[in-house]
Amino acid sequence: MKYKEPDIKPEIIKEHGFTEDEYQRILNILGRKPSWTELGIFSVMWSEHASYKNSIAVLKTLPRKGGRLLVEAGEENAGLIDIGEGYAIAFKIESHNHPSAVEPYQGAATGVGGILRDIFSMGARPIALLNSLRFGPLDKPRNRYLFQQVVKGIGDYGNCMGVPTVGGELVFDDVYTGNPLVNAMAIGVIRRKKYISAIAKGKGNPVYIIGSATGRDGIHGATFASEELSEKSEERKSNVQVGDPFAEKTLLEATLELLGKAWLVGVQDMGAAGITCCSTEMAARGKSGIILHLDRVHQREPDMTPYEIMLSESQERMMIIIRKGFEKDAEAIFDKWEIPWSNVGEVTDDGKVKIFMDGELYADVPAYDLVLGGGAPVYYRESKEPAYIKESADYDLNSLPEPDDFNDVLKKLISSPNIASKKWVFEQYDNSVRSNTVMGPGSDAAVIRLKGSRKAIAASTDGNGRFVYLNPYKGGVIAVLESARNVACTGAEPVAITNCLNFGNPYDPEVYYQFTEALRGMGDACKALGTPVTGGNVSFYNESPDTSVFPTPVIGMLGLIENIDQVVSPWFKDEGDFIVILGTLKGELGGSEYLKVIHGLVTGEPPQIDLDFANRLNRAVVTAIREGVVKSAHDISDGGLAVALAESAIGNPAGLRGVEVYSMRKMRNDGLLFGETQSVIIVSLAERKLMDLERISSDYGISSTTIGRVRSHQRLKINDLIDVELKEIKALYDNAIAAVMEG
Amino acid sequence: MKAGIIVFPGSNCDHDAYWALRETLDIRADFIWHRETELKGYDFLILPGGFSYGDYLRSGAIARFSPVMQELQKLAEKGTPIIGICNGFQILTESGLLPGALTVNDTMKFECRMINLKLSENRSLWTKRYERGAILNMPIAHGEGRYIADSDLLKELEDNQQIVFQYCDEAGNITDAANPNGSVNHIAGICNKEGNVLGMMPHPERVVEAVLGGTDGKAIFQSLLEVL
Repeated sequence: MKYKEPDIKPEIIKEHGFTEDEYQRILNILGRKPSWTELGIFSVMWSEHASYKNSIAVLKTLPRKGGRLLVEAGEENAGLIDIGEGYAIAFKIESHNHPSAVEPYQGAATGVGGILRDIFSMGARPIALLNSLRFGPLDKPRNRYLFQQVVKGIGDYGNCMGVPTVGGELVFDDVYTGNPLVNAMAIGVIRRKKYISAIAKGKGNPVYIIGSATGRDGIHGATFASEELSEKSEERKSNVQVGDPFAEKTLLEATLELLGKAWLVGVQDMGAAGITCCSTEMAARGKSGIILHLDRVHQREPDMTPYEIMLSESQERMMIIIRKGFEKDAEAIFDKWEIPWSNVGEVTDDGKVKIFMDGELYADVPAYDLVLGGGAPVYYRESKEPAYIKESADYDLNSLPEPDDFNDVLKKLISSPNIASKKWVFEQYDNSVRSNTVMGPGSDAAVIRLKGSRKAIAASTDGNGRFVYLNPYKGGVIAVLESARNVACTGAEPVAITNCLNFGNPYDPEVYYQFTEALRGMGDACKALGTPVTGGNVSFYNESPDTSVFPTPVIGMLGLIENIDQVVSPWFKDEGDFIVILGTLKGELGGSEYLKVIHGLVTGEPPQIDLDFANRLNRAVVTAIREGVVKSAHDISDGGLAVALAESAIGNPAGLRGVEVYSMRKMRNDGLLFGETQSVIIVSLAERKLMDLERISSDYGISSTTIGRVRSHQRLKINDLIDVELKEIKALYDNAIAAVMEG
Repeated sequence: MKAGIIVFPGSNCDHDAYWALRETLDIRADFIWHRETELKGYDFLILPGGFSYGDYLRSGAIARFSPVMQELQKLAEKGTPIIGICNGFQILTESGLLPGALTVNDTMKFECRMINLKLSENRSLWTKRYERGAILNMPIAHGEGRYIADSDLLKELEDNQQIVFQYCDEAGNITDAANPNGSVNHIAGICNKEGNVLGMMPHPERVVEAVLGGTDGKAIFQSLLEVL
């Protein structure tokens, strides 16, 4: 053989991350010792990242079908939702946490690139990007650097692609120091019947690799994502891929030109585990096999071995299979877009992936046995409830002193980077390209219209790691409820979710407990709301040498709006309008931003949940918006009632809107003002619509309470507790993050 | 009326321009691939925004060598209305169809937000439907939008009334605080001496429908009804 491969010794098996059982499994599958290249193939395909071996059993308990779902979770590159009129929406969220921890700019950029490829490889035109980011506090220079570079990476990639970044969330907490979370979500639109499958079939059909040349970048990226970050992680910089958004833009346009061609068989993007993952998954889906000749792959560097080519995670590549005889047609499209391509092999019918280089065979492995849902291992891990959960639930929050000056507390909260305006971030993202953005960043959810239709979609990303940490089940429920409430506040019916599950090391029984409990909560909430899970991504091993992150499941919710004229923003509109709360304030402070910012505590029991009520509340607010009863809707979340009112008062681009509110006190003042009670929405409306709102509330069994009016005085007044000038609040809100980042 | 939208690899506001023409003039435009060498029968042309060739090297620096640019040059000389928006503006300055240059924002960041701009001169064919001095609200979305010119060129632009748009505040005051990228003389858009070629960094094609938050860009396209 031209490339002399190392012998498979025990230390090599260990380096590839296999347990003894797993190696035995390989011996059984092959009936012989694997070659070096084969061992590499098994190692990336059976890595946590590609095989979901420690999560798939739990993921399968989530509701994964029904509703408007056209493609079930895991079947294709992304989920597909029927929105009527012949259109479908493809959407998915994915993490790029570990690459972003060591190489934040490229890590974040390639995260965006990867999720976009998942969408357009199905033939869907990407119409929006969102993200969900977590960093350590900004007083540390390293955290500022990571934050600044991640934002720039996301912006540069999405902006160049011409896909607007329309929303997201951003949270700072000590636990994310050293292990930031960078989750990117993409949404695409497609004619319902025309989507492209990630499949290889038809003996003799040619296999193409198109896009950037294959280099040594990202080798073992999937394996890197499947271990904890340590001091040695810096050495992993060479594992991080380098993004080229222009190459991706031409790939996007070429792929969409392939869409609908009768000779197109299948397309899959090359993400984690590169050519290995594409060829085995496409073959397994089609119950076929693939022969690849690696010497034909266009390469960036000389002397790459079969092992390196198979494991490379060079970005902006796709695998494409077409019907034999149509090579010239396909190649003409690649050439038009100036995309490098190579015809690298063909489809077979023996179920095997065979890897040749210069005519010599380096790997001969059965596709089915390698893939998730096939022969990849599936584990349940040991689970144990962490002791801190009960301790924090028992913490007596009534023992805390109440502050004297609530104006001061509000100013501190509104200046907290977790609550303050994120405009320093989102003004670096093009949010209006494609001219569909009805509501962009800064509102409860983004709203994107669909050209040629009255319909629009709403989308939001949400996850409160603090709540999940304090009570994983409730936290899982709340993540789903919050995201659903956010899209409902625009007038959209919540229809489906994608999720990104950021957790610690699954071999730690306490982490595994957090994981299973959070997913139980998410599953229950999704069932109650009728929003199936369309897919997503699991990111384990989010731990740095010092600490492990909060368990942070992030929900990407998709909502559907039937009529684009029936959408509201969260901002108050007209003087004299009534301010009404739907739902009941309960003054719950457990896990709140108030406890963290004012008392320095992460403790207490997260807010109560009532799934049935949450569902009725969403339907009530959507009805009120569709009937034109309310002019604004904004839910209570971080910072509670006082912050929600302040946001509605200062958000209107047309100017400040004064607020005067009186609310009955049956609880501590801090609980009333800053408690993060679930399932409460603040709406505003004209006086003559009050009876209509009353009717809708009673139809859905929702309590509604008038608490105040929109005023001309440009102040925010709540009871006799808060009286602040809006101009000052807005200045604090708008400048808090920029002040830290730009000094 | 027949319009052409020039598409380079990496253009990404081409569809937005297409939609804006539909909304404002009720016409369907042709997409023209950058390798075309003949442009026949077009009443006006749009160079849309985006990142032609990834903006590698410099914004617009590679696109200007595209075959279509020679033809565009000829049409510009014949007086055909041509507008370059954002990256299109960058291509126009790179190719010499408009003077001066566009470089990295002084904030060193990409800037995307609604801004105000003042129609300082309306000699251009593209602004006939506005009153001189009008204050318009439009989005910007660029990393390299800082217009630069030496003092001779600036004087020439002023003397020839080629400074079409300047960044301003809500009241129309041209202030440093209202300048999002550090452009010299707060320039947001200029035209050629003849007034048929306009380049601008803000995106009029994104503000032609109330549902998207504004209609101040409509008159850019509708101005052509006055001259064609």
